[in-house]
Amino acid sequence: MKRILQLLAILILLAAGAIWLATGANRGWTKTSVAVKTLDEVTGIEGITYQKKFLPGVDFLGAAFGGAALLAGASLFFRKPKTN
Amino acid sequence: MKLTHIIPLLTLTTAVYAAPQTFDFKDPKGVNNAVFKLDAPLESINGSASGISGTVLFDPENPAATTGKIIVASESLTVPNPMQKEHLHGANWLDVAKYPEITFEAKSLANVKTEGNVTTADATGTFTLHGVSKELTVPVKLTYLKDKLSARVPNLKGDLLVIRANFVINREDFNIQKGQYEDKVSPTIDLSLSIAGASVTK
Repeated sequence: MKRILQLLAILILLAAGAIWLATGANRGWTKTSVAVKTLDEVTGIEGITYQKKFLPGVDFLGAAFGGAALLAGASLFFRKPKTN
Repeated sequence: MKLTHIIPLLTLTTAVYAAPQTFDFKDPKGVNNAVFKLDAPLESINGSASGISGTVLFDPENPAATTGKIIVASESLTVPNPMQKEHLHGANWLDVAKYPEITFEAKSLANVKTEGNVTTADATGTFTLHGVSKELTVPVKLTYLKDKLSARVPNLKGDLLVIRANFVINREDFNIQKGQYEDKVSPTIDLSLSIAGASVTK
C-alpha cells in the first residue's frame, strides 16, 4: 500500500507537470476560456469572443503538488512489508 | 414665389440638414466591446463586456453637440477564470444582480478637434457603476463613416459612428471593496471602449 500511494503521488506530479507544459506553461491562473480577437474591417474594431479551452495555471500545479504531498504523507502511515 | 415664402423654406431645409442623427449602439454583429484591466500580483485581470446598447445623437456638421448614453450590461462582463468571474459578478464586487447596468451619459464635449471624418474631444458626463454616479471627463475619438452601414449589414442603408475611449477609474470611488484587497487587486481599473453605432436612413 505504501508503495502504491508513493507511486500515485509521483504519477500525479508527472501528469500535472506534463499537462501544464503541453498546454503552454501558463504562469497565471487557470483559465477555462481564451479570448479570441477578430477584426471588423468596416469599423476597425477588434471584436472579442471567448472560446472554451482549459489552460491550467499555477493554481492547477499547486493543487497537484498538494494532492501528491497528501498521498506521500499518507504513505508514511503504512509500514513497509517485512521481507523475511 | 415671394421672399416671405422662401425664408421659411430655407430655414426648414437648414434645420433638416443640421438635425443630429441618432446612432443605435446595439450591434447586431456583436463586435462592440468594453475591455477592462486591473493589475494584480500574479497576473493582471483582463476581461471584456459585450452587452452594449444605447444611443448617441451626432451631427456630422456639428460634432461638438454630440450627446448620448452608452449602457453596458454588468452580466456580460467576462474574465477567462471562472472563479474570478464569479467573484466579479458577486455581491462583494459588482453585484450584477442588484446593479445590472454600467452607464455613461455624455452631456457635453470640450476641446473638439475635427479632421476629415475623425473628431477627438473630451466628453463630460455621468458615469454610473455599482449604483454610484460620478461626473467624469473622458477623451473620446469619434469616427463618422458615411454610407458604410450596408458594408456591415447588407440589407440596411445608413451611416456608422465608431466611438473609442480609454480612461481610468478608481474602484473605491464607486464603493467597490473600498480600502480592501489593495495588495491583491489594484484600486484603479483601465477601461477601453470600442463601439460602433448605426443610423439607418429610410
